[in-house]
Amino acid sequence: MLRFIAIRLAQAIPVLFVVATLTFFMLKLAPGGPFSAEKSTTPEIQKQLEAHYGLNKPLFSQYLTYLGNVVKGDLGPSFKYPNRTVNELIGQAFPVSAELGFWSLLVALSLGLSAGIVASLRPNTLTDYIPSGLAMVGICLPIFVLGPLLVLVFALKLEWVRVSGWDDWIDRILPALTLGGFYAAYIARLTRGGMLEILSQDFIRTARAKGASPARVVLRHSLRGGLIPVVSYLGPTVAGLLTGSFVVETIFQIPGLGRYFVTAAFNRDYTMVVGTVLFYAGFIIVFNLLVDLVLVRMNPKLSYE
Amino acid sequence: MSALLRVENLRTYFHTRSGIVRAVDDISFSVGEGETLGIVGESGSGKSVACYSLLRLIPQPPGRIESGEARFGDCDLLHCREEKLRAIRGNRISMIFQDPMSSLNPYLRIGEQVIEPLLIHKLASPNDAFDLGVAALREVGIQDAAKRMRSFPHEFSGGMRQRVMIAMALITKPELLLADEPTTALDVTVQAQILELIRRLQQEHGTAVIFVTHDIGVVSGFCDRVLVMYAGRVLESGPTAELFYEPKHPYNQALQRSIPALHERGAELHTIPGAPPDVTQPIRGCPFAPRCEFAEEKCITSEIALKEVTTGHATACLRVQLGEIDLTPAAVAGE
Amino acid sequence: MNPTDESRRSSLWRDAWHRLAKNKLAVVGAIMLVLLTVASVVGPSLLGQSYFAQDLQLGAMPPSAQHWLGSDTLGRDLFARLLYGGRISLAVGLCATAVALTIGVLYGTVSGFLGGKVDAVMMRIVDVIFALPFTVFVILLMVLFGRRFVLLFAAIGAVQWLTMARIVRGQVLSLRRMEFIEAAEALGLSKARIIFRHMIPNALGPIIVYATLTVPSVMLLEAFLSFLGLGVQPPMSSWGVLIKEGAETMEEFPWLLIYPGLALAITLFSLNFLGDGLRDALDPQAAKD
Repeated sequence: MLRFIAIRLAQAIPVLFVVATLTFFMLKLAPGGPFSAEKSTTPEIQKQLEAHYGLNKPLFSQYLTYLGNVVKGDLGPSFKYPNRTVNELIGQAFPVSAELGFWSLLVALSLGLSAGIVASLRPNTLTDYIPSGLAMVGICLPIFVLGPLLVLVFALKLEWVRVSGWDDWIDRILPALTLGGFYAAYIARLTRGGMLEILSQDFIRTARAKGASPARVVLRHSLRGGLIPVVSYLGPTVAGLLTGSFVVETIFQIPGLGRYFVTAAFNRDYTMVVGTVLFYAGFIIVFNLLVDLVLVRMNPKLSYE
Repeated sequence: MSALLRVENLRTYFHTRSGIVRAVDDISFSVGEGETLGIVGESGSGKSVACYSLLRLIPQPPGRIESGEARFGDCDLLHCREEKLRAIRGNRISMIFQDPMSSLNPYLRIGEQVIEPLLIHKLASPNDAFDLGVAALREVGIQDAAKRMRSFPHEFSGGMRQRVMIAMALITKPELLLADEPTTALDVTVQAQILELIRRLQQEHGTAVIFVTHDIGVVSGFCDRVLVMYAGRVLESGPTAELFYEPKHPYNQALQRSIPALHERGAELHTIPGAPPDVTQPIRGCPFAPRCEFAEEKCITSEIALKEVTTGHATACLRVQLGEIDLTPAAVAGE
Repeated sequence: MNPTDESRRSSLWRDAWHRLAKNKLAVVGAIMLVLLTVASVVGPSLLGQSYFAQDLQLGAMPPSAQHWLGSDTLGRDLFARLLYGGRISLAVGLCATAVALTIGVLYGTVSGFLGGKVDAVMMRIVDVIFALPFTVFVILLMVLFGRRFVLLFAAIGAVQWLTMARIVRGQVLSLRRMEFIEAAEALGLSKARIIFRHMIPNALGPIIVYATLTVPSVMLLEAFLSFLGLGVQPPMSSWGVLIKEGAETMEEFPWLLIYPGLALAITLFSLNFLGDGLRDALDPQAAKD
């Protein structure tokens, strides 16, 4: 297992390298620069600023310097927030996004799994149609429609919660429902499919022939196999929660990493953009590795190869 | 021999889109304590459905038990409450299946599956159950049993998995074992080993067995009594030896003729002309009549019922019942 | 199945057609899509309302006889903007799917057909790209190189081809083992001919199904980008743009959010139902998930 982890992490290095390189040159190729937007700066000040951040050096040497710093774990200074480093900014914004992601994942898993399991127990009856129909609605209601709608109903009309903010637990509810809702719907569909597949297998009949109760048949004999598609989907889910958080953090004014990233991209804050992309890529790689480790544990036919 | 299980007028239909499939259409039989009853028939004859119906393991819907009674002790298996049936399943009546590859849960360890009946029916504490599981695996001839408890099904061959299934079925010392074609999916050499194993364990434990198979040859060496099924009905039933030496139904006779025998090398292999009837249509008269060389007008127009013609030997053939034809090999040879 | 037998093949398609026609939800979805497409293609010119003509005195008004779905803050007719936006949204959906389809089918076919080490490397690349926050790159692309229409669906198509490549490769791998392909190889047919005449036609079912399911996710992505302010530029509108504008003023003028949201949701519904129906009809083995 350790070997497996080591190999996977070693494979991640070239990937991160490609990501860094691609993003770096994409930014440099793009028209405009971090300081051209501000009209108040005179050409002289602009030159000074560029010299300060090393932007007047040849492109390739800038690239090498940057890579060298990244290897040391230094993502550089932010161009837009003077005196702040990218490491600091990520360190400050990511915990907010992570908390949002955690609650959303919790919503997605708890709603999705229970709806999917209920739907699978009596296929093509009312207890299947209702959760399956809701799941379809969830899949067809994008985050940026669901979010404003929830705000409209629960914050503006009913005034149960605040429109935006991120102070106490009540502020977590709408963002988590918004972000988790779509994935809850998708997970419900996956769970239903996986469970139906397993429940039609011969070994379920064996379990029933042993005298197992319906609860035991589901919990002990079906869940493990039936949830494999769901767990496989967790990798993409987390990647999706990350990008979904751009929208949700915008709608609800949450000071998370997604908002910083979009703002940084608009502002040509090079180091912040590359740093965030690298951070996301690394995060997703590690998470996918975790998912694969869980899958190996769930499915005895897989091994660490 | 007192009856352990008595089945009367069992009917199991499947309500499918293309019509009602009368998979089991009014069959009755009984099994005595420690007895081995063979149910023989082609695929589609309803033999497996009959077997599953007893424990209500047919998929419902589309399957439905339309009528009948299956008296097991003080309980009617077909109509008793679900909890009561669950207490019998895997405890007093166990089952083994045709395909050992798909009948074991691939996600659970062998040991956990083998001892599960003990835990479900609270027959042993988890600790004792483990030891009993090891003993059960050893009893079915699995080497290194204690270590193999931790293996997963995919690490076993087909024959070994069927041994595991048998160990699992017999671990609660059931009174009745339902065996649904347990050797069909296995290699010929393994088949013989498994049969031998079932027979040995049956004798040691005094378990009654209902042995469902399409292989009439398997039945001959193994069963006390045999039921011949065709198109959801029983056409003939009786003691094994009699069924072979004194067939009382043309279908049984035709079946035996279609077995290739070693001592008749070069002899022509008999096949039964035609195909089994469409069981989505109600059948009038004898279901075998369209393929039967002895069939007459009355075979199609009259109601057919299973009747005893000699002690313990019953046939559904009207003409045999009326004494119009004699199918014993001696009589056939003398014609 | 004998895939070289034309009559058998056409009967396979006929069977699939019958299965599809029996699936009510899929049929409803297909009809809705045809209606939406027709409405957004010819609707704007028939309606007699301009999508960009402003009427600042009118301002935002709820639905009325004059403006069926009301008007926005600049007094523009919402129904006209919705139809026009639908044109853009559908166009992006179709074009980007076409891009994804082309890349994915070619990549997947080549990978599956060549097999061995080439296949292993090519699929490893897909795995790696798959693991990346690719939407992030699309956002970057849109921010940095401007909100150009062509760029929009090129970028989206480039994200969506991965799954297509995997599906096609799987199909090709299983087809390769079939006898009629071996026979074609034994007859000395060129690789290109085998691929285009035999492989792709036989893998068509799953490809169609997945393409149908790609269109809604592409439309979602477009709307997502528009919502972040990275989609098409004013005065052009797409459903994403309209939803964004509606969300900004939803407290006073909720219809500006609700109708565009509804239009998008109904389209996604229709596409998903049609996609599910097609999957059941064309690709029965995959129907389970």
